[in-house]
Amino acid sequence: MSLKNKILALLVVLALSAVAQADSLSPEPPKAKKKYNEETLCVEPVAEMRKDHMSYIMHQRDETLRKGVRTKQHSLKECIDCHNAPAEDGKVASSKDSEHFCSTCHTYVAVQIDCFSCHSDKPENTQYRHKVSANDTFHINVATQSLSPETLEVLSNDKAESQQ
Amino acid sequence: MSQNKVDQYRRQFLAQASAVAGLSIAPGVILNTVHAKPADQAVSNKNRWGMLIDANKCASNCNKCVTACHVENGVVPAKEINHETDAKWIRKVKLTDKQTGHVQTIPMMCQHCANPPCVDVCPTNASMKREDGVVLVDKHACIGCRYCMMACPYNARSFIHEETTEKKYPRGQGTVESCTLCAHRIDDPNGPNNPACVDACNAEGHKAMWFGDLKDPQSEISKRLKQYGGEQIRSDLGLNTGVRYQNLT
Repeated sequence: MSLKNKILALLVVLALSAVAQADSLSPEPPKAKKKYNEETLCVEPVAEMRKDHMSYIMHQRDETLRKGVRTKQHSLKECIDCHNAPAEDGKVASSKDSEHFCSTCHTYVAVQIDCFSCHSDKPENTQYRHKVSANDTFHINVATQSLSPETLEVLSNDKAESQQ
Repeated sequence: MSQNKVDQYRRQFLAQASAVAGLSIAPGVILNTVHAKPADQAVSNKNRWGMLIDANKCASNCNKCVTACHVENGVVPAKEINHETDAKWIRKVKLTDKQTGHVQTIPMMCQHCANPPCVDVCPTNASMKREDGVVLVDKHACIGCRYCMMACPYNARSFIHEETTEKKYPRGQGTVESCTLCAHRIDDPNGPNNPACVDACNAEGHKAMWFGDLKDPQSEISKRLKQYGGEQIRSDLGLNTGVRYQNLT
């Protein structure tokens, strides 16, 4: 075997081992806790969601904010509710953790997501907001439980401005 | 009877019949237009949401509307810096008549103008008006330039200086925000529900605020406006505000 061939063989071996290593490091996002339906599993076929989830979420964002469409199929909140449900021990992963559904892939491909600088990365207590009805005894009762006493103190001491 | 007379008789009969039919059908038809919007339907310009505030009923020592709004929308005071820069979606304004000493307070918030100056000046189209008249900030597009804050004659907008802690209400550091007329409650498929401030005012027993559809002549807000009239603050600017006031002195 000439030196040239030896080098070539070494390169092939190195390349193969690199592929094998990449395989073992490839992200394995946690499975969703629910299936949207039996046929597509996720809200759209899984392959399509892997490729185009960002377009669905962004489209839904504009529809909801600008047109008031409040369907849940493609909403970010529903993604989180289903894909980042609490584990059996009650723990919920934060977007900074590597176990978080979004982080598993986004860390791997080094794509930063800004969603969670404002939006919640954990399932929210849906009892609180969008399901409040006008006939409820006013929801401040709920609020007093969910906000800290210091916060409520500051809110209620907000003095009236004076204006001529 | 000549043919002309027959025609005249027919015309009169038809006119009377249609008048009767109009009376009996119209209320039902109008009532049917007041229904909740299904979740998959976009808002339309068939509605225009507005608010009416009776300054005489607004108690000067009460700020339940302020608390309720900020609790509902997670407008929590910042932790570190002084509270001068805290966001205010709604605030109580005290009006004093220097001559008589008469004091009134009114809640002041985004007036949801039909011709909003904040939308005119926005360089990214983040400040926008929905079809149903609700003026909002699209924080995904907002670059935090604060032109809208300068353009607003009502001082209704706030800038979010600090990182927000309550993530369940998407707000976003570095963007501008203001009253949304509780759009999430208006869009509720079981609604349209009152904004949090109106519910709080009613729960407190003051009943100084009404919320409703200004384009629906049968809504309580339209009836009240028709009967008693309502003022726009800075009506000289011709903004056609969605929030109207009564009994300002």
